Amino acid sequence: MPEPTHLNDDGIDYSDIEAKYQVQYDEGFDNILVVDGVPIIDKSKLEKLLTKVCKEFGKKGVSIKPDDIHMPWDNASGKSKGFMFVEFRSVDDANLALATIHNHPFDAKHTFKLNRFSDVERYSELDETYVEPEEEEYAPREHLRAWLTDPHGRDQYVTYRGDEVLIHWHGKPSKCEVAHKPDWKDFLYVAWSPLGTYVSTLHRQGVRLWGGSSWKPQQRFAHPLVKLIDFSPCEQYLVTWSNEPIVVPEGALQGPQYFSPDDEGNNIAVWDIKSGDLLRTFSSSNDGEPASAKKQMQWPILKWSPDDKYVARLTPGEMISVYELPSMYLEGKKSLKIKGVQDFEWCPMGDKEKEEAAVNGAKPSKKVRDNILTYWTPEVDNQPARVTLLSFPGRSILRQKNLFNVTGCKLYWQNQGDFLCVKVDRHTKTRKSIFCNLEIFRMREKDFPVEVVELKDTVMEFAWEPKGDRFAIVSSSDPNLGNPGPGITIKTDVSFYQLDRAKNDFRLLRTLPSRTSNSIRWSPRGRHVVLATVGSSTKSELEFWDLDFHTDERKEGQTEWGSGIQLLGTGDHYGVTDVEWDPSGRYLGTSASAWTHTLENGYAIWDFRGQELVKQIQDRFKQFLWRPRPPTLLSKEQQKQIRRNLREYSRAFDEEDAADASNVSAELIAMRKRLVDEWNAWRTLRKKEIGLDREGSPSGKDDDKEEIEVWIDEVIEQTEEVLLD
Amino acid sequence: MRPILLQGHERSLTQIKFNSDGDLLFSCSKDHVINVWYSHNGERLGTYDGHNGTVWTTDVDPQSRFMISGAADNTLKLWAVQSGKCLYTWEFPTAVKRVAFNDKGTQVVCITEQRMGHQCAIRVFDINQEGDGTKQSKEPRYMFNPIGSKATVCAFTLSPDIIITGHESGKVALFDVRTGDEIESNERAHSEVVTDLQLSKDRTYCITSSKDKAARIHDTKNLMVIKTFNTETPLNSAALAPNRPYVLLGGGQEAMSVTTTSLRQGKFETRFWHKVFEEEIGRVKGHFGPINTIAVHPDGTSYASGGEDGFVRVHHFDESYFRAKPYGDLEIID
Repeated sequence: MPEPTHLNDDGIDYSDIEAKYQVQYDEGFDNILVVDGVPIIDKSKLEKLLTKVCKEFGKKGVSIKPDDIHMPWDNASGKSKGFMFVEFRSVDDANLALATIHNHPFDAKHTFKLNRFSDVERYSELDETYVEPEEEEYAPREHLRAWLTDPHGRDQYVTYRGDEVLIHWHGKPSKCEVAHKPDWKDFLYVAWSPLGTYVSTLHRQGVRLWGGSSWKPQQRFAHPLVKLIDFSPCEQYLVTWSNEPIVVPEGALQGPQYFSPDDEGNNIAVWDIKSGDLLRTFSSSNDGEPASAKKQMQWPILKWSPDDKYVARLTPGEMISVYELPSMYLEGKKSLKIKGVQDFEWCPMGDKEKEEAAVNGAKPSKKVRDNILTYWTPEVDNQPARVTLLSFPGRSILRQKNLFNVTGCKLYWQNQGDFLCVKVDRHTKTRKSIFCNLEIFRMREKDFPVEVVELKDTVMEFAWEPKGDRFAIVSSSDPNLGNPGPGITIKTDVSFYQLDRAKNDFRLLRTLPSRTSNSIRWSPRGRHVVLATVGSSTKSELEFWDLDFHTDERKEGQTEWGSGIQLLGTGDHYGVTDVEWDPSGRYLGTSASAWTHTLENGYAIWDFRGQELVKQIQDRFKQFLWRPRPPTLLSKEQQKQIRRNLREYSRAFDEEDAADASNVSAELIAMRKRLVDEWNAWRTLRKKEIGLDREGSPSGKDDDKEEIEVWIDEVIEQTEEVLLD
Repeated sequence: MRPILLQGHERSLTQIKFNSDGDLLFSCSKDHVINVWYSHNGERLGTYDGHNGTVWTTDVDPQSRFMISGAADNTLKLWAVQSGKCLYTWEFPTAVKRVAFNDKGTQVVCITEQRMGHQCAIRVFDINQEGDGTKQSKEPRYMFNPIGSKATVCAFTLSPDIIITGHESGKVALFDVRTGDEIESNERAHSEVVTDLQLSKDRTYCITSSKDKAARIHDTKNLMVIKTFNTETPLNSAALAPNRPYVLLGGGQEAMSVTTTSLRQGKFETRFWHKVFEEEIGRVKGHFGPINTIAVHPDGTSYASGGEDGFVRVHHFDESYFRAKPYGDLEIID
């Protein structure tokens, strides 16, 4: 039997090592809180108070014992000093108590105020002398719109493929190049801001904005696990959304740019882009709505007024809440309570109004139209369904229209705010079939007259011509319409309508029957339109139409109604998922994204006539996005001037084009010539070598030669003579 | 260019070959038979019956007297082209994957599969052209096992006893068959298995195709890559068009995933690429499955493609094919 010793089995004493690596226990005062606002008592009530306090703490989930409490006494008066020290079992408990019991009303007269013991110490030792903050040196920032100064007037687009993002220039074939190859890592997707100033990436940690000619990071917004973002129209604010509610971990950074504990549980955040400050957070689930009734979330969930002054949010069936910016307080301190409200839209601002707003600057003039909000309500409580136009912030109803037998409505604003189309899906009395009415409000006229276009078919898609008075619809009477399935391509009709100025109603220009097109993409400048079949596995046609195609210069009035509609070209981009015009309306970008399917992913760029200019098939291709452009800075007069002198400008461009073309072809020809020369040189070398080889070996081809003699008999003429005696 | 559809096989094609005159077209398939057709009208001349497994490969000697074939029944057979008789049979432990005559028809090289513990072997047999051809030596003239990745395709080069091989790893190499030494190799010729190797008429260069979606032209002397043709589909075959500066590439999605996709996605077209500029010129549609093998008439007047769908399609080029000069008047040596 070995004798028990302090030494272990090997007979080595480890105590010095143990002492060295002994875990250091935290012996700070972080688990001690100072509780203020405790009733002042005398000794006799001490025990009663302590039990009461312990109970109160226990209710909030922090259990303490009376022994943990130290109550200082004023020995002179024999009463307590009105505060106490509480020692918790751990720092976590202390933190929990700080969060839950701070500002807790103990009784009618007393409210607990909790502070960390270490804080009290720290602030009491604070240095009182004022130190002037150092003035930061001014560092000039680069121009965020530098890309607009491109001498060739090119547009940019971004592509996202695999893990690689590229920003390209797009112009004439010779002028297409990669503008920037960023090394962004681990993000969901990229998005441009609406005026093209920034490009944003969504990372795990939050959103990052990049911009300027160097593509440096410009701003960031710490919204962990952000999934969706939405910019305000003037790029002043940003809305972010994550499906995960906000959690503010202990010790997280605090400040105007970060979430505070008050934001916990919400999942929508509004940010100021310039300062990066958080303005407000919301929860995306509406109060009172059962969590199980999860509908497809609408995005954007917050809708911005076109001037960035207000942002509104819908509580379906109940109200619209409008918030003022930048304070993010509820405008007028109350929401618009509208029973049954289903959807709403802000009226966009026309170029004219934008110009006026810019001229008038900060002080609002009377000329500028109030913001207009439109919303629709279904039939509720014996009140018919109706569409309402409401001015804001005046909150006066401008126009209301009652509708009957309504299944659903959709609101479409023309981008200048000139017209509003309400697409009303109506059902027959028996509710068996559905047809469609287009109620068109003319916003620039007195009392907002309404025009109705009645249609027999279901309208799948509606699109206004930007800056124009025409619209296109995709309608269908296909029986498969209601039940989409794989391999089913729905037959559709596409129709164009135009406002007849003389009669003041919308008339059909032309219907293009039996197509498969399901998307309408108007050029941002109007006139040209692309009809595309998107999301079908069998059809992927693109049709390029011109609505003002006139071969000879005739006056507007003389042209026949709808005669100017002309198909310019057709294209096919297999598996196309996205179709987008560039901001100048010169080119069209189409892409097949790997997010939707994995067949022939890639992108193509077409000109407005339907000529394919670029086609890139790249596996794992995800995104193709044109960089938007801000509105022009030229005044109306300047633009007119340019249009008048178009010939002169175009001459310069033609010359440039010609020089370019000859340059390109010369280069190409030279390159080809070089390739051919190289090839031929190599071939002659090899031929010579075999020639030598053959000569070297006696078994040349000569031996195989054989002589063939051919005899040919040919009858040239045959005559028969009869000899007469 | 209306194609002639040759419907003589019940299963997918493995290799097709024109004879040196170009009047006959040999096709072998997984249905165990070899067919011979008149190339100008697509009439079937006859069948070579005797193999008892997928016929993987075939080749014809320059005189169109003998035909050699290798099959999954572990045999290599020599046939009389004219009579259709099997003249001689060699037996091996594993399947024969590739055969090729030399330029005079006096030797045959064959690759046997690496399987069941047997290594991939390359054998060279002398072909006794005397008499009726039934007297052949049983033993190979040379035999060796290539070290490393197994060989999938091979052909005789210009120099006697030197063969060029393509390997499963994508390697292309030159071997001296007398010693079995690797003379030259390009390990990175392709990144996946080499599926086809066809020589130019004078055997100074060759084209290889691979599952890595690329085809390459190599100099057979030093294995230098001269040209690369990158497509977007795995390639099964590549051929050179004589007298015109084009190459023909065929392939398509893997045979096993064909049924799950539509024609359009499968990319079962024969692609024409410009040999020097490495640009695609055009495509010819037609097959319902991947193209397994392509052969071009030795005069460059027609071409044939054999597909996984069991059809051979013979296309005679239109007049415009010979007249067209899509890149202008350039003289390109064949």
